[in-house]
Amino acid sequence: MMLVLDIALTHVRSRLRQTLVGIMGVATGVGFSVMMASLMEGSQNDFVKQLVDSLPHISVTDDRRVPPQQPAEDQYDAVAYHSLSVETQRRGIKNPFAIMAALEGWLPGTVAPSVQTKSIIRYAGRDLAIAVIGIDPRREKKVSQLATQMKIGTLDDLYKASNAIILGDGMAAKLGIRIGNNVTVTATGGQAIRAQVVGLFHAGIKSVDESQAYVLVKTAQILSAQTGLINELRIRANDAMSARELASLVEAQTGYRATSWQEAHEDLMAAFQIRNVIMLMVVGAILLVASFGTYNIISTITHEKTRDIAILKSLGFREETVRRIFVLEGMMIGIAGVLLGWVFGYLLCRGLGLVEFKSGFTDATRLPLLYAPQHYAIAGGVALFASMLAGYLPARKAASVHPVEIIRGAS
Amino acid sequence: MKGAPVLEARHASRILPGEVPVTLVNDISLTIHLGEFVSIVGPSGSGKSSLMYLLGLLDVPTSGDILVDGASTKGFNHDRLAALRLSHLGFVFQFHFLLPEFTARDNVLLPMRALGTLSDAEQKDRANELLAQVGLKDHAHKRPDQLSGGQRQRVAIARALANDPQVILADEPTGNLDTASSAQVLTMLRHLVDEHGKALVIVTHDMALAAQADRRVTLIDGQIVSDEAIVQEAGVAG
Repeated sequence: MMLVLDIALTHVRSRLRQTLVGIMGVATGVGFSVMMASLMEGSQNDFVKQLVDSLPHISVTDDRRVPPQQPAEDQYDAVAYHSLSVETQRRGIKNPFAIMAALEGWLPGTVAPSVQTKSIIRYAGRDLAIAVIGIDPRREKKVSQLATQMKIGTLDDLYKASNAIILGDGMAAKLGIRIGNNVTVTATGGQAIRAQVVGLFHAGIKSVDESQAYVLVKTAQILSAQTGLINELRIRANDAMSARELASLVEAQTGYRATSWQEAHEDLMAAFQIRNVIMLMVVGAILLVASFGTYNIISTITHEKTRDIAILKSLGFREETVRRIFVLEGMMIGIAGVLLGWVFGYLLCRGLGLVEFKSGFTDATRLPLLYAPQHYAIAGGVALFASMLAGYLPARKAASVHPVEIIRGAS
Repeated sequence: MKGAPVLEARHASRILPGEVPVTLVNDISLTIHLGEFVSIVGPSGSGKSSLMYLLGLLDVPTSGDILVDGASTKGFNHDRLAALRLSHLGFVFQFHFLLPEFTARDNVLLPMRALGTLSDAEQKDRANELLAQVGLKDHAHKRPDQLSGGQRQRVAIARALANDPQVILADEPTGNLDTASSAQVLTMLRHLVDEHGKALVIVTHDMALAAQADRRVTLIDGQIVSDEAIVQEAGVAG
């Protein structure tokens, strides 16, 4: 209805200062909500990305979820036994290359074999317990970000020496190792080799950089004293988020334990959930406070217009029409505020994106921000709703005022 | 001069509820005809304004009925009463009650736009015509605060006439005006009755003003104590 729009526009325009304050209130709330959401989700995504990239999405290992059935358990049914000597099982995934071929047939992603051994690295009389991972450099490039995380050297440098090793830069710094140095690596089984350091990598996660080293599969097999051993298949899914579902399929097919990165970091995922709740609460609180501001301003405007409402009603305007005028005013302020708030929020994000930031755990030099349309939509939607409500509630009250009460009071 | 009955109160009472109920209007029956200029007079607190609010459908009688054009309004909700006010009644109050942010013409346009029977162009024409009638042709684009008290009241009259109502109800229309402006406003109101055959009800305590009417209804304590015709001498109203 044009008349309603006209009256609303005239009111809003004739109270320019108040209108602007209202718009600024909404805009500030929307802007900061957008910024907070962008910051929280951005930093989380950044962290997840680092986490996901530093690890294979799915790791198929020769562990089992259920301890293997022992022969004694097969033989006797209701007998209690003590001090049973458990059958030693040969480590490793059986027929790893057949399994890989089978997986590659259907899996949306790539598979690479590796050998995990626990070892002690020794250099200049100092020891460090580390995980030595035997990899196939050509395949490894496809399943992890290791190739891009190389600080010095490349993965192919592993072929350069007979026992070449690539260390995390944190470990190298701790032990004072430089490229070309020879280190002693002793596996938990007792085998020891001399290895030459040919490269350093930096994953950006301290625990990884200080405790992981890469060698060729063959070298790791020597360390484990078991030729042909493959005890982990590393899978990189095309879609990292589908890792959990894929892992259960892989597990069902191979019978080996397939751990998705989500499962491996269940604790972090839980922490993220808490973070999300906190984020929602913070953003919600900002929106709520902003909504109160909006409500306050718009309801003040409405209250000041009580006399106009009485006039319009005495002329024969219906209550519904009068209410609509004020809801519309609230919406106008709301829409203008939301639009301005979006720009404000975007600029805030841009500004924050310029801030340099140093953190001890990861090495983001800039604040990670996520530009997501849904942040804008949610912040805008809530603000708009609050503005409409702020127009509606006082207008409902004011519109039900009897014109006689106002007319009598004025004359 | 006296035409068909257009507005009628039938045993209308208005009692304010409360611990001690206050009777504003007590069992009043009154018929207003087309072409009739009625003044309602009485001391303050006599219930004359309350009666006007009842007649103007701004207030609802506690008991009794108000008939517009012979039709009962008993049990009408706010919206139906508002619709009747919009099409059948015009109001002029002591205080002009114009919307302060709107120009004179926009104020006059308000009731027409709310009713919406005329096209936009017709509405504009009629608003200009009405403003010309009240002598404010050149002030159409001024806001109320740029007009004098008399001019504002004349804009209010133009607005009251916007939807061509049969009845004009005026509550102390000259109460805030100087003598010259009062005379002007009164002439205009008189003109409506004589030339356009409308019914005019004026509530006032100004006996001089009441004397201009064709009929004077006197209220005391919410009851009609006298209802007399006044014979106008030619030229007095002019």
